[in-house]
Amino acid sequence: MTDHPADAILVVLETTPNGELASSAAGLIAAASGIGTPVALAVTSPGRAQSLADGAAALGAERVLAVETTSTQSELTVPHVDALAAAAAVVAPDAVLISNSIDGRDIAGRFAARTGAPIAVDAIGVSRDDEGVLAHHSVYGAAYTLDSAATFGPLVVTVRQGSVDARAEARPVALESLEVPASGAASAAIESIEAVTESSSRPELRGAKRVVSGGRGLGSAEKFALVEELADALGAAVGASRAAVDAGYIPASHQVGQTGVAVSPQLYVALGISGAIQHRAGMQTAKNIIAVNKDPDAPIFDVADFGVVGDVFTVVPQLISALAERKR
Amino acid sequence: MKIIVLVKEVPDTYGERKLDLETGLADRAASEAVLDEIGERALEVALAHADAHGDTEVVVMSMAPESAATTIRKGLAMGAASAVHIADPGLAGADLGLTARTLAAAIRRTGFDLVITGNLSTDGSGGVLPAMLAELLEVPNATALASVEITGGSVSGTRNVDGGTMRVSAPLPAVISITEALPDARFPNFKGIMAAKKKPFETLGAADLGIEPEDLSVPVSIMTAVAEKPPRTAGTKITDEGDAGTKIAEFLIENRLV
Repeated sequence: MTDHPADAILVVLETTPNGELASSAAGLIAAASGIGTPVALAVTSPGRAQSLADGAAALGAERVLAVETTSTQSELTVPHVDALAAAAAVVAPDAVLISNSIDGRDIAGRFAARTGAPIAVDAIGVSRDDEGVLAHHSVYGAAYTLDSAATFGPLVVTVRQGSVDARAEARPVALESLEVPASGAASAAIESIEAVTESSSRPELRGAKRVVSGGRGLGSAEKFALVEELADALGAAVGASRAAVDAGYIPASHQVGQTGVAVSPQLYVALGISGAIQHRAGMQTAKNIIAVNKDPDAPIFDVADFGVVGDVFTVVPQLISALAERKR
Repeated sequence: MKIIVLVKEVPDTYGERKLDLETGLADRAASEAVLDEIGERALEVALAHADAHGDTEVVVMSMAPESAATTIRKGLAMGAASAVHIADPGLAGADLGLTARTLAAAIRRTGFDLVITGNLSTDGSGGVLPAMLAELLEVPNATALASVEITGGSVSGTRNVDGGTMRVSAPLPAVISITEALPDARFPNFKGIMAAKKKPFETLGAADLGIEPEDLSVPVSIMTAVAEKPPRTAGTKITDEGDAGTKIAEFLIENRLV
């Protein structure tokens, strides 16, 4: 077995339902390279390790440990945790970085419980001081920042998706296959997976640089198309308030807020959104916020850099044509 | 069947939430305390099953300071048969590892066929406890379920993961977590509130569960710094006089956002 770097940071690569490297990998590897040497773990179906390793090396992974198994397609969480436990035993990392996705949280939780490692959740960044690895968090709707660390031993960190903008430099591909003894831990069975293919070419909401969101003020699913039109004019992702999701204007995957996706884009445009605290919790770290709302007292104006009291159905079409004018 | 539902007292998100800048812990006096809505939904899943299956016993469980007893009692008023409250000053500020070990010990002590939790709390938004509990309890986890079917010997459902929809099932005993996609919780009625006063309400300390909160041989996650961010301030606000669309375009251009 090869010697692993003393300052190794183990990064758990996520894959899409189609087996491709997920978009979270770039930020995780970059975060790891900022505090040590990134060693990536790929748990994948047989025959896929090489392409994942190529992808991870291009994103800056020093080394990729690969586990090829069919069990990840039939068993939930446990095969990944078994692989991670085996990898951590070999690498002895200073920290383990995992995406703060649904599956990532499950893997992190089980791994931390199994190994007794302390866990830091929903970090927006990591750093290192004399005493070890620190995780940085933004809590209570970004009203507070706090740092956490392990008293000793490796820290397991789930990293908020889209929170790390840095990218690491590509490194040569170094693939190593890893033997994993099955733990035999009980797991739920995966009966079927249906990949959701996004029908549009719009950017993904999580991690988007620009977001246009619509709320109850749009009035109907048909009229919500205005939000999409402006998003397309700006090359932005489409978001929504919980009210718009509950009213059925748009699927829940677009919900921005406390219980939906938390975004920190360069530009956030809120259309017909009152700005309940739960919504603001998911967007108020945006660099620039623009709001259009009929109600001059809407709380969204308290956080907006540029607010317009007016009717979205007259203001937004004018904005779209002004943008089109400029492109000409 | 015995179903344990984990509930949590959280600061109401409709008010201002504060952290104590000395301790880094929630300032419980600063805001109204409520039962976390996602935990209420989890309880609704259990109660709906109990409504249809008479042999189902629903227990609400929470690890929280003593002051949270009233909030937990709401679970009894909604219809749970009994409550277990783990209250111990030594557990204040417990990290996720200690929280998971303590809850797992209490769950084992109470006995269970199914544990139901919310997928994410509104305060910590950690979302890792269900999987931690499953590992410690040596049972399967099925998290973030957007639909749940419980039968005598198994639990199944769908989960919306990044990039797809997955159908999963697990034999009981198991731990599941549910999302907001599940129905709103029922309101406690007057009869329920009165009945709640007579229902078993057990209060446990760490020692009752064989948990040593200050065991220094176990690594823990500690908070090393906490700071309040200056609140975001409002910028320009104009009332549309027929040219607001153009003005937004100008703002975008000036700030190099297009």
